[in-house]
Amino acid sequence: MKIRIALLCAALLAAPPAFAKPFKWSSASDIPTWDIHSQNNALGNGVHAAVYESLVYYNSNSFKIEAVLATAWKPISPTQMRFSLRTGVKFHDGSPFTADDAVFSLQRAMHKNSNYAVYTQGIDRVVKVDANTIDVFTKDPNPVLLNQLTELRMMSKAWSEKNNSAAPMDIKTKEENFAHRNTNGTGPFMLKEWQPDQKMVLAANPNWWAKKDANVTEIIYTPVKSAATRMAALLSGEIDFVLDPSPQDLDRIRANRDLKVLDGVENRTIFFGMDQFRDELPGSNIKGKNPLKDQRVRKALYQAIDINTIARVTLRGLGQPTGALVAPQVTGWTEAIHKRHPYDVAAAQKLLAEAGYKDGFEVDFACPNNRYINDEQICQAVTAMWAKIGVKAKLRTQPLATYFPMIQRYEASIYMLGWGVPTFDALYSLQSLVRSVGVGGDGNYNVGRYSNPQMDALVERTKKETDLKLRTDLLTKALALQNEDIAHIPLHNQVIPWAMKKKVDLVHRADNRIDWRLLKVQ
Amino acid sequence: MIAALRHWLDSDIGYSFRSSPTALVAALIALVCGIAALFAPWVAPHNPFDLVTLELANARLPPAWYAEGSKTFLLGTDDQGRDILSAVIYGARISLAVGLASVVLSVVVGVTLGLLAGYLGGWIDAFLMRLCDVMLSFPAILVALLIAGVGRAMFSNAHETLAFGVLILSITLTGWVQYARTVRGSTLVERNKEYVQAARVTGVSSLRIMRRHVLPNVLGPVLVLATIHVATAIITEATLSFLGVGAPPTSPSLGTLIRIGNDYLFSGEWWITIFPGVMLVLIALSVNLLGDWLRDALNPRLR
Amino acid sequence: MLAFILRRLVQAMIVMITVALIAFMLFQYVGDPVTFLLGQDVTPEESRALRAALGLDQPFVVQFWHFLANAAQGEFGFSLRQGVKVSTLIAERFPATIELALVAALLALVIGVPMGVYAALRRGSFLSQVFMTISLLGVSLPTFLIGILLILVFAVQLGWFPSFGRGEVVSIGGWTTGLLTAKGWHHITLPAVTLAIFQLTLIMRLVRAEMLEVLRTDYIKFARARGLTDRAVHFGHALKNTLVPVITITGLQLGGLIAFAIITETVFQWPGMGLLFIQAVNFADIPVMAAYLCLIALIFVVINLSVDLLYFVVDPRLRVDRAGGH
Repeated sequence: MKIRIALLCAALLAAPPAFAKPFKWSSASDIPTWDIHSQNNALGNGVHAAVYESLVYYNSNSFKIEAVLATAWKPISPTQMRFSLRTGVKFHDGSPFTADDAVFSLQRAMHKNSNYAVYTQGIDRVVKVDANTIDVFTKDPNPVLLNQLTELRMMSKAWSEKNNSAAPMDIKTKEENFAHRNTNGTGPFMLKEWQPDQKMVLAANPNWWAKKDANVTEIIYTPVKSAATRMAALLSGEIDFVLDPSPQDLDRIRANRDLKVLDGVENRTIFFGMDQFRDELPGSNIKGKNPLKDQRVRKALYQAIDINTIARVTLRGLGQPTGALVAPQVTGWTEAIHKRHPYDVAAAQKLLAEAGYKDGFEVDFACPNNRYINDEQICQAVTAMWAKIGVKAKLRTQPLATYFPMIQRYEASIYMLGWGVPTFDALYSLQSLVRSVGVGGDGNYNVGRYSNPQMDALVERTKKETDLKLRTDLLTKALALQNEDIAHIPLHNQVIPWAMKKKVDLVHRADNRIDWRLLKVQ
Repeated sequence: MIAALRHWLDSDIGYSFRSSPTALVAALIALVCGIAALFAPWVAPHNPFDLVTLELANARLPPAWYAEGSKTFLLGTDDQGRDILSAVIYGARISLAVGLASVVLSVVVGVTLGLLAGYLGGWIDAFLMRLCDVMLSFPAILVALLIAGVGRAMFSNAHETLAFGVLILSITLTGWVQYARTVRGSTLVERNKEYVQAARVTGVSSLRIMRRHVLPNVLGPVLVLATIHVATAIITEATLSFLGVGAPPTSPSLGTLIRIGNDYLFSGEWWITIFPGVMLVLIALSVNLLGDWLRDALNPRLR
Repeated sequence: MLAFILRRLVQAMIVMITVALIAFMLFQYVGDPVTFLLGQDVTPEESRALRAALGLDQPFVVQFWHFLANAAQGEFGFSLRQGVKVSTLIAERFPATIELALVAALLALVIGVPMGVYAALRRGSFLSQVFMTISLLGVSLPTFLIGILLILVFAVQLGWFPSFGRGEVVSIGGWTTGLLTAKGWHHITLPAVTLAIFQLTLIMRLVRAEMLEVLRTDYIKFARARGLTDRAVHFGHALKNTLVPVITITGLQLGGLIAFAIITETVFQWPGMGLLFIQAVNFADIPVMAAYLCLIALIFVVINLSVDLLYFVVDPRLRVDRAGGH
């Protein structure tokens, strides 16, 4: 007996290393929360997808929508879609996934505390049909409903209600709920440990409903703020994967026998926004008026930026200069829209002089320093370029955790923002960025408070238009209007490099997230 | 001027200076760095703060002796196309200015309070010395960080000038204590000497006694402390800037330059961080060596 | 005797209350918590209601009293940045910093003392000249630069040591330690060396100076005169007498190490309190700053107090001297 126990113990002790396959990765910042409907953050959404699943999701290779927790869907009427739910799916606590949970989760995402309004926009109500069927009613016909649903993940109704997490955590009051630190999803991995800003451990879910392609048993995430430290860790073999290597380190990684770089154009456009609401800009030397309200001034700022040199030097080729507010993969994009107003310092100076700012002006300029590829360096370079037309931009840079709340409080005069389009449809960008500030997702990141009735009308019409051809034209028209008004100054589409050990096998997704279902480590 | 220098070189201290190769070399290095920093606009080949002259196309050129290097940029350029040599010279200027300003302020505050405490005694003395105890029980860097952090929180949207004010203030607030203590100690000794007593009896005012009789006698140790303090202050400044709460990137001190360059260390562009680092160590080391020498020279017992 | 201890205790209390007051003022005057919580576009009614709810409308003294009462229980509210209880955050980070500081202190002692002894006994020899130069270099090289250089050489070029984090940690009753795993030791090496170098130079110079001082005293001369061997004189008498102040200083410096760990932790991304603090400073996360400040003050006060009391026990002369003033 004793021997048997000893043997058993030995076997237990010896067993895990034999097939333990940890995947250790790092990027600059931690996810803001584990509450899946609280904060719409790209990194967070990507990580949440390991633990929580949505009804439908993008296939990593084709980027077509594929069934996940829903098995089939069909329109009952133009404003009603019926979803059959997968049976036999269990949450990590062992309880089954049912229509009640799906209805609850979608309603939770529509709660006023939720930051996911842009994905729930147009949804009127969600109704349970039977234990494995739900209906989603939209206010108007909604051609991008499925795309929106890819980012709305499912959690357990009973678990949330029991643990005081029936409503999403309100990020404005920072009051913590249970779901902020604890999880109960249906996904291929389970949250084992999370010390914010330090370490996160996910363990493989042995009872996952699908056949797993991944062979990883444990995912260990360590946020490391300094790019140099992250790189040192990868070079010395401490970690397997870096989501956001510095462009300057790529040559070195490529030269290393054990490492490789995967890259691709991310579906994310970087641009500058400008305060077009205030009558006087705080921190500017121009009193009594706001120069940024003048289209000529905005155009001058635009034309003073030598984006090609920035893309070549500062981004080391990891940027595709663009004049459009969306990337080429996005519906509504055209070659004509992509064309930039040319880089022309003389023209910019002339525009400024016409607008009455011959000697330029001082203006506040805010940038994140750990969100986009070389964001701070780009802003410094632009500051120098604007100096050449006499605009003295007073640059301040902040980490994303304070930067985004700050710009959302409308505190920046000129700010940098990057917008990815998970729905692959320009409405997503237009609604958030250029529609006047309204309710729900309308203008929720239009922090320059640009407002043009013509634009609002176009956006509203697109929301309801079901004729796909006509709808695409409307999107293109709206994008053209943005270019003409220069509501924002587009810069480039990010090209995202991932750095990793050669033994890591995964697919580079255009939304810059890892597909945990396909993750392999040799 | 030259006569005074000659006179000084003939004195005891001058002799000790001439006969110490370390002191000579250190003084030379400190002098060169100091002059370069003082006359930065004339010495530096470029003006790194003039954004108009920056060309992004020149970014990250290696030092001139490399094949890809350019003669225009002797020590290479940083990620914005800024000349490293000029940036280092201007950076040293900022570092030295902040360091010296904090030291001078510390000396003024510390000596004044030390004199007051030592000469007047009583509750002023007790209070000031307790304050010193409290200050000394915290490491300077922590207090400086705290002040810098608070300053940053209070004026979150403020720009450069204020940043430097906060920076100098935070180094000063931690630096004055050592002067106050030393001066107080010497003052206590001087106060009871006969000539001071005599002066007092003849009705000379306290202020005058302190200035004319006590102050000159305590200046020696203060000078030694101040010399070493310059090195400490420069390092503290660099550390704060490295931690991101010091000089802003738009007017970078040596510490800021090192912080920025740190990101390029692993990609082979070592010159962006190493040259400012070398400059910082050169200044700190030469000043420290001078301080060491001065302490020994002023204190014959140790020789 | 009792009077002395009481005086010291009262003094410690005054220091703590002063620090608490500073921390409290941070809350009061640095950034308006209401703005933090509600944002800027808020109606006066909403803001007034929240003020009342948070007790911000009460008199200063009452608020300070509440703050003190909470602080005494380790409650500093929620981190503005992470939305997590500050006490939880600090508790998570505390062991990492303490371990780093202890290992560094040990390292500094083990290497610094022999170097100092050698430099004192073989004054003027080549090696002691080298030691003295190194010590000066150690004072002139900022900690962060040492860290960067160590990473460059040992982590990137040679690949001998990892460059960040604690490696594998074992949790024992809430205390996480990296000192029980090989990986943990592997990870702590570079940060500990970085942190130790400044202390090491300090200890070495101190030991050298003390040694020289002691060797000059009459009783050493007397010991020599009695015909004791050099070895017995140096190590039996001189070193023993040197070590008391050295160990005291090292003890006092432990607090300094914890504070200096801020820099080392930043360079090596060591998940300790220092890293937490510097992040808080960068984000103006007042509750975390205040809590860290109070905690460090507490550590310092406790260390100073114990050193004072120990001195008092060890050295009877102090019972008269020290009671008089400072």
